[in-house]
This record gives sequence, structure tokens and C-alpha cells, in this order.
Amino acid sequence: MTRLQAPVARLIGGTASLGGRPVLRGVDLSVHPGEVVALLGANGSGKSTLVRTLIGLVPLTGGTIELFDTPFARFRDWSRIGYVPQRTTAAAGVPASVREVVTSGLLDGRRVLGPGRRGRAAVDEALAAVGMLDRARDGIAHLSGGQQQRVLIARALARRPDLLIMDEPMAGVDLRSQEVLAGTLRAQQEQGRAVLLVLHELGPLEPLIDRAVVLREGCVCHDGPPPRAVGQHALPGHDHVHPHDDHTVHHAGMGLLS
Amino acid sequence: MTILDFPFMQRALLAALLVGMAAPAVGVYLVQRRQAFMGDGIGHVALTGVGLGFLLSTSPVWTAVLTASAGAVLIELIRERNRVSGDVALSVLFYGGIAGGVMLINLAPEGSNANLQSYLFGSLTSVSPEDIRIITILAVAVLVVTLGLRRALFTVCQDEDFARVTGLPVRALNLLLAVTAAVTVTVAMRVVGLLLVSALMVVPVAVAQQLSRTFSMTAALSIVVGVLVSVSGTALTYYVDAPPGATIVLLAIALFVLVGLLATPLNRRRARRAEAAAAEAGPARVDDVQVDAEVPGAGTMAT
Repeated sequence: MTRLQAPVARLIGGTASLGGRPVLRGVDLSVHPGEVVALLGANGSGKSTLVRTLIGLVPLTGGTIELFDTPFARFRDWSRIGYVPQRTTAAAGVPASVREVVTSGLLDGRRVLGPGRRGRAAVDEALAAVGMLDRARDGIAHLSGGQQQRVLIARALARRPDLLIMDEPMAGVDLRSQEVLAGTLRAQQEQGRAVLLVLHELGPLEPLIDRAVVLREGCVCHDGPPPRAVGQHALPGHDHVHPHDDHTVHHAGMGLLS
Repeated sequence: MTILDFPFMQRALLAALLVGMAAPAVGVYLVQRRQAFMGDGIGHVALTGVGLGFLLSTSPVWTAVLTASAGAVLIELIRERNRVSGDVALSVLFYGGIAGGVMLINLAPEGSNANLQSYLFGSLTSVSPEDIRIITILAVAVLVVTLGLRRALFTVCQDEDFARVTGLPVRALNLLLAVTAAVTVTVAMRVVGLLLVSALMVVPVAVAQQLSRTFSMTAALSIVVGVLVSVSGTALTYYVDAPPGATIVLLAIALFVLVGLLATPLNRRRARRAEAAAAEAGPARVDDVQVDAEVPGAGTMAT
């Protein structure tokens, strides 16, 4: 038994507001190395704001953040964090290739000019991990929504992050992309790296989740094992990954989330 | 006697060449972050700087550079603070720039409507040797920034939230891009005029992105298109009595329409191929958004 490792991200008593409206009201959250933590909650419960606060996109109005044992204000080692924002498309106003978008994930405060030669291998590796290496030269706007999501995951993976943060990566993705997502979670876990992901519901990723944090109205109302599955997901052996369908299937944790 | 034998034509063509390169080099980033209107706004603010130059009897180019840079930084700060409600504040700033410029030129001792006209719509043939020195220095600076920092600027303009989490100095890069755009506007005002500056920043990019799938190719092509239309437009005005700014912009728009007509079948084929590849990868879900060449950013001008 090794000593207990320090959390890769920790928020203590965090409060934040958007447009004057309090969204987080005293949230405690910690993510440890090798852990896959799901952040659950209904729309408007503050789960997206929580991850955005953790990485500095939303200012904290109270409480403290520590990233890799460093107070937020002194944290500079951003290359240890990979971020997959919530996006309906990865495209911007000008065409960009899959490789260009993923390569942009290699820049940080120290590498402003570009990743250099070793970067190419890292990009190839990240693209292979999401099954998009053969599409590297394609324009991002020509891909399906699920494929674009995989490119955004590859962009975050290219820097080989110790903490991968994903905001609603399951929104509107296809079966293949869900498999890629599950594979990514597994790989991070096996390498002792951490994942924090915002989910609307646990769904098919449930067996890969170590811990679930459920938010309700800006407060943590559950922090522990994933909420008990109900319906067909409670059946033994139900651990395969499949596309969820919002209209017909009720998923694990619905009771807590609704 | 050929076109190149006249010193004023040599200077005009050199200025057109430099502006043809610099304007799209900045414009591609503005279009990428869907701020094609930025150049327009900075141009409005620059007019106040021109007026200030007349009033103080100094070079209007330098006062325009300073005023436009200050305006661009202000625009960037407004944009950063409130992403939704910022457009009213920006409008006020833009109108203030035009009104202030007209007022100051009116107050200036040697100010006249003819002077105003030459800055609003360009006055290529009156470019002095001193002007060309300033234009060269500024255009080279713009190219050094936009090409040298292309990876960082691409990352910031592609996805600003993501860029912040990478640890890039996003704010500094945004301000640098704003000032670079302001410098470009002032450099280009002698060639196409403040009211058409934005066209030279945006239309070449709109032409290029119809032919390209990658950002680097779009940037390179848009510089080629920018040089092509500005130099040929300037040369044309030597033979035909036409205003250079309008000629250049109309040439660029004609090219945009022409390439659009030619590129549409090409983009359709690309979209079909992408669809086929997507189908191969697994049956797509109904709500799995298919993005094809018909959407903005893939074949049309994203404003």
C-alpha cells in the first residue's frame, strides 16, 4: 500500500455566479490520480460551471482551488490538464484540418510557437487513440458530430494529460464515438491518470465510473459510488457500451437527477 | 513608356503588394473567430486618428495607428467582458469614431472634404516616398506577427475557451491580434480607404476557404488572392480612370462569385465522400449531426 496520493484537482467551499445569479453554493470536490469521476445533475444544477470554475474559465467568488497540489493562482503546469469543452461543432469560421485542430492541443505557455518535431508523433498517437488517424487530412467541418467530438478528445489527449476534463462528451455522439470515449476512460485509468467528466446521466459509461458526484441547485447532494442502476441496467452482466436513446430508455441515476 | 516607369505608379504598386499580403494575413484570424466586422469597426475609429493628425498638423498615418490601436484594444476588452451585450457598446464606439473624425477634419486648418475623401476611399497615386517607408515597416511587422505566431493565434481563434486551458497567454495574444489588425487598417487605408479596408481583410479569405480544407492552405491562398486583386486592381487604374479601392474590392468580389460557382460541385463531392466514410465507420444516429459543405465556414463567407 503506497501512501495516499494527493488529489490532482481539489475545490473547497467553492462558490461562483453567472450574471449575478449564484450557481455554485459551497461545493467540495476532489479528483485523485487514476480515478474516473462523473459529475451528474439536472440541467442548471451547476455541473458545467463547476468544471469551468475548476480550470479558471469562470471566476471563483469564494473558496479555494488546488491543481496538482498547487494553489490555483500559482499553477502554471497547464500541460498536465486536457480539456474537452462542450461543443456542438469543432469548426470555426475558417476551414481547418483534423491534424491542425489536434496539433493546437500541444501548445502551452512554454510552447507558443509550435510543438516541433516530437509533436507530430504525439498528434498521430492521439488521433489513433480515437480512431481518426486516417481522417487527419480531412476538413473538420466535413465530419459528423460524433467524429468532431472524437477530434476534440484527441486534441486534449495529445498533451498526454494527467487530468482529463470532459464537458458532456456524450451529447449527440454515435455508437463508435461512445466506444472511443469508453476506451479513453479505460486507458486513462490504466495509466493512473484521472478523468473528470460531466454527464447528463451515467448511461452506458456506468461500469467505468469510479465515483459519482451529483449536484443539485449548486450543492453536492451525493458523492460516492455511482447511484444504483435501475431497470435493465441493473441486470448482471450489463456492462457493455451502447448508444443511449433519450426517448425510450431510462438510465441509471435518473431518480437522483430528475 | 510603361506603367513601371512612373515613380508614383511604382510606389502605388508596392503599397498595393504590401497591403495585399498584410490584410488577408490578419483577416484570416478575424474570420476564423467570426469577427469579420472587426476591421470595419477599427476603420471607423481610425478616422478619428486621421482627423487628429490634420488638427495637429502631423502625419495622419501615425495618429491613425495610435488611435486605431487604442480603439482595437478597447473593442477587444469590451468583447472579453461581455460576449453577448457587447455589440451595442461596439456600435457606439464605431459611430463615435466616424463622427469624431469628420468633426476633427472640419476643425483642422487645412482640412477639407477632398482630404476626407482620400482617407475614406483611398488615394493610391498620392502615396509619397515617406508614406511608402511607413507602409513597408508596418506591413512587415504585421506579417512577422501573423506568420510567426500562427500556431498560437490559430489555437486562440479556433476555440478560445480551450486555448485558455492550454496555458497560452490568451489575453496577450488577443490584444496583440487587435493591435495588429489596427495597424493593418491604417496601412491599408491609403490603398482601399477606411470604408473598404475590411473588404480586403475578409473577401480574399472568403475566396480561399472555398478551395481549401486546411487553415494553413486557406491563409496562404488568401494572401495570394489579396496580392492578385490589389496589384491587378491598381494596375488597372493606370489604364482606366477608376477609383483603385473600389476596383480592387469589386475584383475580389468577382473572384469570390466565380470561385463559388466553380467550387460548389467540388465541395459537394467532398461532402459525399465524407458521408461515405462516416457510413463506413458505423451507422450514423438520427441525431448525429452531419455537417457538410453547405454550412457556413465550408463554402460561404462567415461573418
